[in-house]
Amino acid sequence: MLPVSLKVQRRIPGEKPYWAAYAVEVEENGRVLDALHQVKWHQDGTLSFRRSCAHGVCGSDAMMINGVNRLACAVLCRDLEQPITVEPLRGLNVEKDLIVDMEPFFEAYKAVKPWLVNDDPPPTRERLQTPEQRRRYDDTTKCILCAACTTSCPIFWGDDRYVGPAAIVNAHRFIYDSRDQGGEERLEILSSEDGAFRCRTTFNCSDACPRGIKVTEAIQEVKRSILRKKI
Amino acid sequence: MEPPIDSPPYRRTFYKGGSGMWSWILHRGSGLAVLGFLFLHVLDTSLVMFGPNAYNTMAKFYESALFRPLEVLLMFLVIFHAFNGLRVIIVDLWTRGSRYQAQLSRLVWAITLVLFLPSAWIMLRPIFE
Ligand code: FES
Repeated sequence: MLPVSLKVQRRIPGEKPYWAAYAVEVEENGRVLDALHQVKWHQDGTLSFRRSCAHGVCGSDAMMINGVNRLACAVLCRDLEQPITVEPLRGLNVEKDLIVDMEPFFEAYKAVKPWLVNDDPPPTRERLQTPEQRRRYDDTTKCILCAACTTSCPIFWGDDRYVGPAAIVNAHRFIYDSRDQGGEERLEILSSEDGAFRCRTTFNCSDACPRGIKVTEAIQEVKRSILRKKI
Repeated sequence: MEPPIDSPPYRRTFYKGGSGMWSWILHRGSGLAVLGFLFLHVLDTSLVMFGPNAYNTMAKFYESALFRPLEVLLMFLVIFHAFNGLRVIIVDLWTRGSRYQAQLSRLVWAITLVLFLPSAWIMLRPIFE
């Protein structure tokens, strides 16, 4: 067993935030999520956080771990410096402890029309695509909407009207899809004041992405498409 | 249910961003500082309207041991801002720029230091003589 000392930022509505320290034990390969479970199940049931799949797929448990955004279910305690500090994501309102209000994040996501836009009559079979055409947007299909990128962005902390990296990543996924016809419309949306050009290439988002998406690179590609009016 | 072991007072923390984030912060800061100096410069140059004496007193002050270090700092900010600006342009316009951003960042620091250290020495030497 591995002893873990945790420092968790506790936030209770209407009260001053404070740091709570917990000492727990997890297995050798225990993840931060396991440590949080130990606290919640055996020490302090009032600690609140989101998680669902516990395997890096659903994107529920993004939080700030030792100063950077990570999925609690995807980082091992033994790889981290102790005490491990755990804080809620920045730039979104905290509802309680590690739970933030994701609504503005999903609003920005919806604003870029993250669905297939194609007015042609539906074909009788699949819409075919060459492997090269598929590769064009492969990286941005991996997004799990955990908000780690958007809430690592200093621009987003300062101005929540900025659509943020995650929305641009998901726009990218359709803009460069050969079967999609809404690319120009999305570029138009992203060329607005709160769109892609708010990005100042700090690369925090690329570092934060638990799926290893090259987020900033995708944003830059979108910016260049807007500038050159070419998809 | 055990209470938390201790609850130290709440302190704001830093996000541990990489070179990109810190360059961005320094870029903004240096931009503002250089702009501030520009205003100062307009003011001191306009002192010439009150005769050569007023102007010369100010020019002397700039050379004093008090102000020189600030001018050296200005030198640093201008050099960093210029080359970091070029890096940002490269990352924006070059398709592969994002992939090499960390290397480009290091290059900016190398160029900044290579240009800054000798000029700082030249600027500060008169104080010690
Ligand atoms: S709990 Fe689903 S991603 Fe971590």
